[in-house]
Amino acid sequence: MGSLGERTAVLGVGQTRYQSTRGDVSIAGLVREAALRALEDASCTWADIDAVVIGKAPDFFEGLMMPELFLADALGCVGKPILRVHTAGSVGGSTALVAASLIQGRIHRRVLTLGFEKQSESNATWALSLPQPFSVSINAGAGGYFSPIIRRYMARSGAPELIGCMVAFKDRRHALRNPYAHLHQPDLTFDQVVDAPMLWDPIRFSETCPSSDGACAMVLGDEATGDAADGPVAWVHGTAMRSEANNFPGRDEVNPQASRDCAVDVFSQAGITDPRSEIDAVEMYVPFSWYEPMWLESLGFAEPDRGWRMVEDGSTGMDGGDLPVNCSGGVLSSNPIGASGMIRFAEAALQVRGMAGDHQVDGARRAFGHAYGGGAQYFAMWVVGADKP
Amino acid sequence: MREVAVVSSAVHQVEALTFTTDVQLMVPLINQARDSVGLTQDDIGFTCSGSSDFLAGQGFSFVQTLDAVGAFPPIAESHVEMDGAFALYEAWVKLQIGEVDTALVYSYGKSSPGSRRDVLAVQLDPYAMAPLWPDAHSVAALQARRLLESGGVTLGQLAEIAVRSQRNAVGNPNALRASADVTVDDVMADAVVADPLRAADLAAEADGGCAVVLAAGHRARELCDRPAWIRGIDHRVDAHGLGVRDLTRSPSAALAAARAADRAGFEADAVDVAELHASSTAQVHLLTGELSLGDDVRIDPSGGSLAGDTLMAAGLVRIAEAARQVASGDADRALAHASSGPCLQQNLVCLLEGE
Amino acid sequence: MTGVPDERGRLRADLVIEYPFTRTTGPVVGAFMTGLRDGRIVGSRRTDGRVFVPAVEVDPETGDAITEIVEVGSTGVIETWTWVDPPRPGSPWEDPHGLALVRLDGADTPMLHGVLVESADDMATGMRVEAVWKAERVGHITDLKGFVPEGTGQAENSAEGTERAVDETDEAVRSIRTPIRLEYDFIPSAAAQEYLHAYADKRILGNRSPVDGAVFVPPRGVDPRHGVAATEMVELAHTGHVGNFCVTHLPIPGRDDLPTPYVSAWIHLDGADIGFLGLVAGCDLDDVRIGMRVRAVWKPDEDLGATAENVLYWEPTGDPDVPVDRAGNRAWRDSAPGEVVEDA
Repeated sequence: MGSLGERTAVLGVGQTRYQSTRGDVSIAGLVREAALRALEDASCTWADIDAVVIGKAPDFFEGLMMPELFLADALGCVGKPILRVHTAGSVGGSTALVAASLIQGRIHRRVLTLGFEKQSESNATWALSLPQPFSVSINAGAGGYFSPIIRRYMARSGAPELIGCMVAFKDRRHALRNPYAHLHQPDLTFDQVVDAPMLWDPIRFSETCPSSDGACAMVLGDEATGDAADGPVAWVHGTAMRSEANNFPGRDEVNPQASRDCAVDVFSQAGITDPRSEIDAVEMYVPFSWYEPMWLESLGFAEPDRGWRMVEDGSTGMDGGDLPVNCSGGVLSSNPIGASGMIRFAEAALQVRGMAGDHQVDGARRAFGHAYGGGAQYFAMWVVGADKP
Repeated sequence: MREVAVVSSAVHQVEALTFTTDVQLMVPLINQARDSVGLTQDDIGFTCSGSSDFLAGQGFSFVQTLDAVGAFPPIAESHVEMDGAFALYEAWVKLQIGEVDTALVYSYGKSSPGSRRDVLAVQLDPYAMAPLWPDAHSVAALQARRLLESGGVTLGQLAEIAVRSQRNAVGNPNALRASADVTVDDVMADAVVADPLRAADLAAEADGGCAVVLAAGHRARELCDRPAWIRGIDHRVDAHGLGVRDLTRSPSAALAAARAADRAGFEADAVDVAELHASSTAQVHLLTGELSLGDDVRIDPSGGSLAGDTLMAAGLVRIAEAARQVASGDADRALAHASSGPCLQQNLVCLLEGE
Repeated sequence: MTGVPDERGRLRADLVIEYPFTRTTGPVVGAFMTGLRDGRIVGSRRTDGRVFVPAVEVDPETGDAITEIVEVGSTGVIETWTWVDPPRPGSPWEDPHGLALVRLDGADTPMLHGVLVESADDMATGMRVEAVWKAERVGHITDLKGFVPEGTGQAENSAEGTERAVDETDEAVRSIRTPIRLEYDFIPSAAAQEYLHAYADKRILGNRSPVDGAVFVPPRGVDPRHGVAATEMVELAHTGHVGNFCVTHLPIPGRDDLPTPYVSAWIHLDGADIGFLGLVAGCDLDDVRIGMRVRAVWKPDEDLGATAENVLYWEPTGDPDVPVDRAGNRAWRDSAPGEVVEDA
């Protein structure tokens, strides 16, 4: 059981508050806030860290090319190795997995990994959709890309029209329990979610993610450091990445094979045969509300075309659901793009460490972290547990 | 440490890939690297690439280039926004875990559509440096002058390095600047481009790409006659600011070499050839010192990055060239070096050996 | 965004990546910028007394924070330099100039800035220089015009009225604007050139895969599923079906001509095996559906150019729909390997 290589533990997690503009810090200040919190949580200092793996989405967001060079000082990395990962929206997850591979491969004993985005330095629509000459520009942003895929899911699953609104309302309620979440809307009503303007039909404004500044960091360690930790650690039970081409004949864009393959791989490493009963908390990359039922099916938590029923019957909510999804509020409540995947991975680790605060799932022993990117074609996943694999 | 080797490679560099996209560039290179050892993508355990959105002028540019791999059925894959040498490092780490035996690594850069020396200014401290738009040639010149005035090297010696590169590059189809009969006087007669550097002191900017296949243990021996074993590989970074560093040194290069040597069991200077990734002759000089390369080491037998420098691929090309020296039997031990950032801020050293 | 053919018929266009980035500074970089606004240069001092200029928020050697701000002199010495001619686009200088690392009096690290002299002959390592300032300062590295040989700056500085009284009520600088503009010469690939030129003749081209015959549009010279070159060009019908679509209610940058809401759709041409994006119009938006048969509506012949914009939009043909489960990319699944699916 478990992936090959050195056993790997999450020793510490650090997050910034996510908000539209972190006007009080520089880029260096932003990443240090998360990194220092992760070090403190892991009872480490900079000197204990052997290497840094940093991830973020396009460099255009901050207008800083290969920012790991500028940030080497801020991340206490001078004289150490630093790697910079970029796998589109899944990057936060992939970054954590590259960091884990440095432990699994017995290259290092303690690695700091961090994802960030300071989207307020520019503008998400601009940075994500730079116009290219000779191409007819008719799709704005990610919503224009994913809306048809959601439409296809609705057509084939027969899901009721308001399932997406139910996901959005649930995640925003969850976010109220997470002090780091960007959107805190205590007075939000379900009717307000439903009545929000349609942006990319069938996607309403209320069913999209915000644009956030923020950073998330983790300290990963080898088996000996995990064993020696004073507080609870999260053990890595499985790690997997998969990619597939963007557009080709026969591609199932609703339930991409790369997603299914990645889930099969990661659950198999963790010895999980029935994800729904064996996973206690899920942190899933849901930038548009409908992706919750879609991924529930793709990942094997629900039968094909029946993921929406889990939303409808409250299975994925914190209050009484048997498979709480995105207790942190998810991407729908905070989206510093380059960090969003790592937040999923880190929140999964917090759950099995029993350190998720007000959004803790009681007794969570195994949790699943998930990220995807590109045209739903890049996937990164991990399973973490309270027990050593 | 698991034994991992470079078993094949393919390189293409030209002055400008005017009518060719990144994906069209990489299709033949990836296929050539796989075909030459009889592998298809189904046989590849892990794939990793390196590129830069800023060069392409397009966000997520690597997403399109994935089409060159044939990524269906889906593949285990990752991407670094770094030179391909660092993608190779990530793949080497993956092979250390032991779950896969083969890896495909590729990277590419097409800087000709823009002004590369100006694009690179966007790498610098975004508050106090980048707004002054110091171009890459000027930054290289600041370092070169420090070296010259510290007494470590003379303009004539820099010209000798330029001449060595151009002469070695003869016969290398991927070299942009090659000449069998160029002399130090020729180089010294060139106009100064970025005082004190002349055109021949600055790496020849190229568009291009590189694909490399790695394999572990017996798999490597099955796939080729003489694998180029990666005995040691390491990378390190220095501080970013030009003012906080001693520009006549590159501590991260020396440290990466020492760490790679720890793994390899032989020192960086105990090699037959070295391929260096430098953007100027002054940097070649500096690296020769930091890596303690003696007179018996053949430096840049391909011409090095001075003869053809593809941003984001030049480091991986160095590994491919060094591996070829080993595979052909021209060298038993080889050093490949890759760098990133202003004035050799980040450095990777890979020590290769034949059996 | 379109381009025009050059004298040899090749299409090219300017691609400009431009944004006026707003950078929040945090306290330490902010103190440096505030100092510049006030005509002073400040650094940050490490506990051992080492003074970094410009002020840095982190000790590069240890990763520890540095917060103590100290003022240094506005005169100093050149440690290394080069000459920039012509000046770089985007830089604050319009004339050839020196670029140097200048260590200011009281600082332990040099800072980068311009040196404003006539020629490279006037530059030297070890030369003493002094800062010259803009009169209007906002808290930005370019508030400093650069350095000039020591003793020659006073005239310029006083002429510009540098003695800006520091108003105690002035707030510290919290953010700076750093516009970036990069220009690229965008030249479509040979396959894309052929594709675009064919539009001028109202022809739509695709690439056929040498492996299984699948047809890709637009032609990108590659079969992405197999990772092989696909160079054979095939001409495609002007009819197809809506594989999928989005009703967009948001205006999009650069398309002021598109009234919202509008329908963008994946158009699957007859004879092609993947879709490409197009607008659907000529019907009620509520009538657009997956599988709807459509045909191209072209610009008037006299307006045709080498551009995909020749197809104004796609309108319904009125023919029976393609069944939903055979619409779009999914159609390929129903075929035997190697068989080319013709829709409808």
